[in-house]
Order: sequence, then structure tokens, then C-alpha cells
Amino acid sequence: MKKEHSKAKKYGMVIDLDKCTGCGACMVACMAENNVPFKKDESNKLDSITWLRVFKLTNGKSFPDADTCYLPRPCMHCEGEHGHAPCVSVCPATATDYSHETGIVSQIYTRCFGCRYCMAACPYHARYFNWWDPVWPEGMEKLLNPNVSVRMRGVVEKCSFCFHRYQAAKEKAYYEGRQELEEDEYQTACTQACPAGAITFGDLNNPKHAVYELKKDKNAFRLLERLGTNPKVYYISTRKWVRQAGDNYLEGYETEGKVKKHR
Amino acid sequence: MSTSDDLKTKKDSVEAGDGSGGFIILFFIIGLVASLISGWLLFPKLLYSEKKQPIDFNHALHMELVDEGCESCHFFREDGTYAGVPKLAQCIDCHEEVQGESPDEATFVEEYVTKGREVPWLIYSQQPDCVFFSHVAHVKGAGMDCATCHGPIGESTSLKVYEENRITGYSRDIWGKNISGIKKHTWDRMKMDDCAECHVKNGVNQSSVQTGKGACFVCHK
Repeated sequence: MKKEHSKAKKYGMVIDLDKCTGCGACMVACMAENNVPFKKDESNKLDSITWLRVFKLTNGKSFPDADTCYLPRPCMHCEGEHGHAPCVSVCPATATDYSHETGIVSQIYTRCFGCRYCMAACPYHARYFNWWDPVWPEGMEKLLNPNVSVRMRGVVEKCSFCFHRYQAAKEKAYYEGRQELEEDEYQTACTQACPAGAITFGDLNNPKHAVYELKKDKNAFRLLERLGTNPKVYYISTRKWVRQAGDNYLEGYETEGKVKKHR
Repeated sequence: MSTSDDLKTKKDSVEAGDGSGGFIILFFIIGLVASLISGWLLFPKLLYSEKKQPIDFNHALHMELVDEGCESCHFFREDGTYAGVPKLAQCIDCHEEVQGESPDEATFVEEYVTKGREVPWLIYSQQPDCVFFSHVAHVKGAGMDCATCHGPIGESTSLKVYEENRITGYSRDIWGKNISGIKKHTWDRMKMDDCAECHVKNGVNQSSVQTGKGACFVCHK
């Protein structure tokens, strides 16, 4: 048996925006899986918590050229330079961390003291602050996922790439005497919930995983790539205006076609 | 002009100081002893409430009867998760009727087995909600003994008193019996430091960018 358990993984996602219909099933699955709290009145989107949020993009043109694109936005799990993601670098509490083993940016709620530097540092608005303690509708506490700890007031939370599923998959692997996980053993809730199959999840370093080839698609891009955050969530769209919007395209800046290699 | 007066008052004050100095030291010692007693002996009593397990259990007796040691009752499920404290279903094979003469045995059969109720055991090593602990990774993956963390529980003939921290609600076994946090054995405490100590020593998942040590998402969820 080959010993390859020390090989670093880089879990990431490829989202095909041409397939996404904006149905929001991924958001629902994410909320349910990760015990994300919600309020009675969620009309103020500034203080609602959505680990995965579907944004609506429009090309700003009128009929017949009008076009819409839905863009699901989880945490990008930025690698930055050698794991120095924007949020990880600024956290004074060591509450958020980057692991070279999985490439996942962790958030430890009991460690966080709520300064929200990370929220200011994150260019993707992927982090959310708990302004209140969660209040679940009566009886719903019993339906919470026991594998994800519930957050308290005063801490920041964000998408974890369903890390508890990785832990569960590892347990099974240990039981069976394996070190490596199969691709289908660790999948995020949003990936499995997407009816259009727009989300693909896996190890970006592993040629056997679907994401390995998908990320090299000529229409693949990452959000705000110019900032050098080196995110691990890739998007694919055949539409040029979507790709340009993804890099905060301003007129006069020609970024199309230049998927910059990170320094 | 004021020399003699000054000298006199100075002398007085020195004498007075000598007399009260002894008392100050005495009171200081009394105060110190009193605070040490309250801190080391009374405070732990105040901090922890004592709870008794619903019924007593003899580990040593059962260990003689089973074949696979701890894993006979505290086993792994097929998906790798750990079953923890046994459920009634595992006891019922032998304990459908009262065995022996212990009053706890009679209570167990009458109150729980016949009524089909699970025993509400108090779990000594219950970790906080934010902790993910994989038993299978330690036992099967690293080949560790149960006793390394849990101590020689298998040799005990009765269950000890469960002590619950009144502030946090956690079991005293997490902080450890010693209130100053000193440990002599690997199983004396179950704090994060104790997990980290072993992880650093053995180089387990030392992949954190922030600390260069263990990544947080190894033991946290």
C-alpha cells in the first residue's frame, strides 16, 4: 500500500453559473445543515446570516439584451499567499485559521471575541456577525444538527465547507483502516442539494477529482482575482459579462482572459 | 528649636510601630491561612456540585466476563462513530432478570429494564459542545489505549461521584481533580492543553498558518 496520507489537500468548489437557476436550494440546505440562526423578520438583509448566499447579477441592459445570472457565494476559503487569507491575517484572537492539510479556513466560535476585523478584511462579505443569540421556533432545537456547534451572540461565523462532514468521513475511513477519502465521501450540503448539478466539490490537488479538470476550464474565473486573495471557489460562465462582473470589471480595465497566476 | 520635641515624638512612634508590627504580621498570617483554606478547600466545594449516578456499576466485574475488553460494550459503529456509554439494548441480554444480590442490580432491572427506560448516566468525560473528538482516530488510527485518557476505569468496582461545575456545567474530569491544574498522569485532565500537548509531541496535523501547531479544525466543530 502506498503511503500518501501526508499529501496536502486543497478542498475547493467549482460552480457553473450557466447551470444555476437561482432556486436557492443550496441556501436552504446550508442553513439546515449548519444550524444557521434566523429571525422572525428577515427583511433587513444587513443583519441576516447566510453562509451561502445567492446573488442576482444583471447586465444592466434592456429588452431584448437583458440577461440575469445567479451567483451562489459561499466562503471562498482564500489561500492568499501560503495560507495568509485576508481574514486569517487580521484575526487578533487566532479564532480563524488556515490549515495546510485541507486548505479550509476555520472559524472557532468559542475563540472569537467579536471584534469583526475579519468581516472588514473579507472582500466577499462571506462573514456574518451574530448580533443576537439564536432563537429557534419551538421544537426546532430538536432538529438541529448535533455535529455542528450552535453559535452564541457576539461571534462571527461563516461557511466551513461543511467541515463536520470531513470529520465524519475521516472517522469512517479510520474504522476501515484507510487514510484517504473518496471524492463522494466528503461533499458539502449545498453540492448535494443543487438540483441543477451546478456545484462541484472536491480536492483541487487531486487529479481524480472532478474539480481538478473543471477549474482549468477556459471560462473559469474566481471572484475579485486581482486582489490576490487566491480563492478556492471557481466559477464557470460562458457569458463574458458575467466573467467581467466577477472581477469587479470597470470600463477601461481589460481583465478578461487573464486568469492571473498568483505570485 | 524643635529638636527635643521631634526626638521624643520620633521615639514614641518607633515604639508604637514595634508593638503593632507584631500584630500586623500575625493578622497577615491569619488572613493568608484563611484565604488559602478557602481557596484550596472551600472553593472547590462551592464550585462543584456533587451528583450521584442513577445506579452503581462495577467495571471490574464486567471486565472479567467479556472477551474484548472495553470495546465489548464501548464499541465503534460501522460508520466509525463511537457508541459511548452502552444503551439498555446491550445490557438486556444478561440483565433481563435480577443477577446477584446487589440492591443496585434490583433497581436497574425494576426501574429500567422492565420499564424499557434508558439509564440517565452522567458522563464524566463529556466535552463542551464545540469539541469534536474522534475516538476511532485515536484507538484505531493511533493505536492508543483507552486508559491513556480515561485512566484505569476498567479496574474500578464502583462509580465515583460526578462533580459538575456550577458555572459551566462541565464535568470536573475536564479540569481535573487537582484544583491548581497539576497533573501526574495522562488521564488526570481533559483540557485542550492536554490534547494539544500530545498532538504537538506526535506531530499530528501541525498544519495551522496562525500558530504553526495543530489546526483548529481538527478537534473543533
